[in-house]
Amino acid sequence: MNIEIQNLTFSYPTGVQALRGLSLTINSGGQVAIVGQNGAGKTTLVKHFNGLLQPTSGSVKIGDWDTREHSVAKMARRVGYVFQNPDEQLFSKNVGVEVAFGPKNLGMSAQQAEGQVKDALAMTELSDKTETNPYDLSATWRKMVALASVIAMDTDIVIFDEPTTGQDAANIARIANVIKVLRERGKTVITITHDIDFCAENFERVIAMSQGRILLDGNANDVLGQEDILATTYVDPPQLTRLGKRLGLQKTVRNEEEFLAGLNK
Amino acid sequence: MAIVSLQNVTYKYPLTDAPVLKNINLQVNEGEFVAVIGPNGAGKSTLCYTVAGFVPHFFKGELMGAVEVAGAESSKSNLHEWVLNVGLAFQNPFNQISGAKYTVFEEIAFGLENIGVPREEMIQRVNDAMKLTGISELADRSPYSLSGGQQQRVALTSILVMHPKVLVLDEPTSQMDPIGTREVFGVIRTLAERGMTVIMAEHKVEWIANFADRVVALHEGQIIEDGKPQEALTSDVLAGKGFGISRYTSVARKAKEIGLWKKDKLPVTLEEAVEGFKNV
Repeated sequence: MNIEIQNLTFSYPTGVQALRGLSLTINSGGQVAIVGQNGAGKTTLVKHFNGLLQPTSGSVKIGDWDTREHSVAKMARRVGYVFQNPDEQLFSKNVGVEVAFGPKNLGMSAQQAEGQVKDALAMTELSDKTETNPYDLSATWRKMVALASVIAMDTDIVIFDEPTTGQDAANIARIANVIKVLRERGKTVITITHDIDFCAENFERVIAMSQGRILLDGNANDVLGQEDILATTYVDPPQLTRLGKRLGLQKTVRNEEEFLAGLNK
Repeated sequence: MAIVSLQNVTYKYPLTDAPVLKNINLQVNEGEFVAVIGPNGAGKSTLCYTVAGFVPHFFKGELMGAVEVAGAESSKSNLHEWVLNVGLAFQNPFNQISGAKYTVFEEIAFGLENIGVPREEMIQRVNDAMKLTGISELADRSPYSLSGGQQQRVALTSILVMHPKVLVLDEPTSQMDPIGTREVFGVIRTLAERGMTVIMAEHKVEWIANFADRVVALHEGQIIEDGKPQEALTSDVLAGKGFGISRYTSVARKAKEIGLWKKDKLPVTLEEAVEGFKNV
């Protein structure tokens, strides 16, 4: 299911123009990271994907659905959205009920919903915490509950807004694994992130935004190597990319394998 | 000389069986910038609360051992005396913002009002502190209308304005973008150079490596490493325990196995990595 965005602009009621005309296609199964300084329009853009925001002009299509013609509740069948702050989306008395809420609302049969919940809990390593109140868990685990509750809805498209904020190394690895499993299942995964090393290691396509526009869009190595342009939206290239540049490696590298291969030449 | 001293500190929260801090010994000198690292659940926040006096004065529970800051002993002091020496910025700024004030300016003045600072001095100090952290333009906004990163700056500013001798920060940049992180680390480094003592719980290894004087690694409530950033952050003791490490360290470790890193010491910063790899 492709995402098609044409000439999208968006102004908040206060008059702030957050998106200034952008066009974009994300193919089914694509893995895309969106980077850029605070206020660049990243969250405003992805809130258009499930109809939380409607274009001021231009259009957003998810498969054959134009977001202006369908309710947010209906869009939720195609697009799952994990908020930056899990506390904005968790409300149930225990983890099992929380994660089951989405699939039930989509009208899945009890059996199918149960299967989805079990799968999402296993993927997020929460299977032993189903009876726990989400607010008795640490912030790290609450984040995983938020992920699970969206994954259980089995949407073709999954959006993560800043999934690694405030997470420790172990949980970042868990989140990277969730993204890997979704990729293997052919899901489209779109992630907003400030964590540029996480971006480099987990995404094939990178979009850099600045002031409501797309600054760069392409293969991760090509985008992450453009140090000067990225600097205009206050993004530093990944650690190993910077190291590779400083050492004069011919190709832009973004992970350990590429770096060591480049060094060995 | 040590301005912060923890001796054999063990602490249990109320209604829990296992201690969160176990036999902690830590001396921090005046003007030192110490980063506390560790996986979530290691006890970083509790250590921050202990230095700041919230443990045990606010959280209660059972504290053993001695906690001293600026010559005073925690167990023999009141929290309202303690906060004159030590300021704490919470991990989640939402938990810190008073809820009693309509503007950022008033929010930052709140602490000074409580200790009876004269009005003129208060206005001056609030303006200076906002300038330092780059939030002057937010003065008239509601603290609740701000982004997470902006709220974190307000929380930090409302502590700095108190001119604490010891500044305790619990992941102060977790909700900031890279430019915000760089600015805040820059401000904190400057304050440390002017003599403020800083204890900061933090995950961002590359920033710690570039800005902190010393790294203390916590694991399951115990200090398992304590030293200069280059040594502590590359220590074998941390391996396999869920600590974040710099990509420079990690790639150099792999390069060493195949003979592409010749030095004994592993790098934690870009400059150290460039230095070690440039002749390969």
